[in-house]
Amino acid sequence: MSQDLVDLAARANAPTLPFAGLDTLWLQVTGTLCNIACRHCFITCGPKNDSHPMMAREHVLDTLDVARRLGVREYYFTGGEPFMHPHIFDLIDATLQQGPLSILTNGILITEDVAQRLGDLFRRGPYSLDLRVSLDGTTPEENDPIRGKNTFHQILAGGERLLRAGINPVWTVTTVHAAFDDRSEGYARFRSLLEARGFTRPRLKFIPPFLIGREARRSQGYAADDLLQEGDLFEGEEHVLQCGSCRTVTARGVYPCPILIEAQDARMGDHLEGALHPIRLDHPACATCHQEGFSCRT
Amino acid sequence: MSHLKPERVAVFGGVYNNHLALEATLRDAHAQGAERVYCLGDIGGFGPSPDKSFPLLRDAHVLTMMGNYDDSIGRGLDDCQCGYTDPRDNHFAQISYDYTLKKTSDPNRAWLRTLPHAFRLELGGRRVRFAHGSTRRINEFLWASTTPEPFIERLLRDADADLIAVTHTGIPWERRLQRDPASGLLNVGAIGRPANDGDTCVWYALLTATGGPLGVEVELRPVRYDHHALAVEMRQEGLPEEFVETILTGWWTTCLEILPARERAASRF
Repeated sequence: MSQDLVDLAARANAPTLPFAGLDTLWLQVTGTLCNIACRHCFITCGPKNDSHPMMAREHVLDTLDVARRLGVREYYFTGGEPFMHPHIFDLIDATLQQGPLSILTNGILITEDVAQRLGDLFRRGPYSLDLRVSLDGTTPEENDPIRGKNTFHQILAGGERLLRAGINPVWTVTTVHAAFDDRSEGYARFRSLLEARGFTRPRLKFIPPFLIGREARRSQGYAADDLLQEGDLFEGEEHVLQCGSCRTVTARGVYPCPILIEAQDARMGDHLEGALHPIRLDHPACATCHQEGFSCRT
Repeated sequence: MSHLKPERVAVFGGVYNNHLALEATLRDAHAQGAERVYCLGDIGGFGPSPDKSFPLLRDAHVLTMMGNYDDSIGRGLDDCQCGYTDPRDNHFAQISYDYTLKKTSDPNRAWLRTLPHAFRLELGGRRVRFAHGSTRRINEFLWASTTPEPFIERLLRDADADLIAVTHTGIPWERRLQRDPASGLLNVGAIGRPANDGDTCVWYALLTATGGPLGVEVELRPVRYDHHALAVEMRQEGLPEEFVETILTGWWTTCLEILPARERAASRF
């Protein structure tokens, strides 16, 4: 049997995850457009990648209408870099009218003005606004080879502006460095860095690397047998894995989760209402979430 | 499930072994004329001397449902199933849990295993549903800043209810639907631990049937009790000083990472 047929057979035996209802909606507001091009990005976001273009303002607002009717509980903006969107504050405002919002950012575009506007929304919005800032090391030597030259200081400066505006962001760390494999060591080092910078209550989230997108080139990608098989899931796992209760909308359609927007066959159609059904976990990245007990939630 | 048609009921949750606050809450509910008293679960955890709460609940005929803590203690599971994600939060939660499991008698653990998972009643012509975390899951956290109105409408629809009351988070709040103020969601808070606002009181809810458009009037009531005496007992029992500090100051010192950004920003720690 050829390797392709072996892969097909393995995918055909992938488990199906029940769908528990749409609690979480991810909006890929800037698609794959980003101001930086991290070497570990699980999609290939960068300044020149518009394979998923920015979502039009009207597309986001229409999607929010559908989500409100469906009773969505929480919203996430991601990209790319959400703060590249020309209407980002309109979109934040509209979303916060109907639910809590987390924005995933690299922090570099958080100017003093942006931070102050976010601080105002944080204080007066009807629901919680959370910012997640990505940082991949406790020194420029650790971070910059991954996220780009001089990004360490720019990212920290963006986070500090948020803090001055009254927002204590969640620092998101992808565990690309062996030093952070031991989470308690990783927590201790980041806490120490952030406390020295004035974050008296540092909030941290560690994320495992997904060996797809640009990260596949860095890490050699998944092995052919890194696939979940029927019987691997535990009872109630749809409440642990985010894709049991989330969907992602990009300018190009609906996807099961924010990780798989470039994965072959992952697209679920044009409309959210048509994507609210169980899915087969037949991508190797699904095994990472299952094994790590990982959820993209803040 | 119990089907009743009273006019005024008291609803509390999260006893967390705080038998002194439980006594004070029962006194207040009686003084306010509550015809029935409901406990939405989590009898153990955090405080001292777990077995002291059980006779108080049974003697007062409190209609008690199972919380995640009760499920764990009843079945002797490895942890409280609280759903914390931070290592420090889990460290302190485990101290409470191991202490409570060790100090809860076998007859009380057997009683926990008999508790129902939900209550339903009619009040003021409205369909009222009580649950521990949410009507969907025993350990779902429903915070004010992350439980939006469209989601509440969905919960009400799925639970076939006009009003849902829950606990599990420890901070009380209420949200009515703009299109129908007789419908909404109420978190009654907890009577075992203050509400992380710098006040040492604890909270429960009085639900009263009204003839007005609200159908059910909700009053969140603060309860003062001898928290100094509880602190003394906690120290005698060797419980962490971090827990004692919460009782004495009204500010949470542990299990903070689970708070949404808005509630966390209002915290002292």
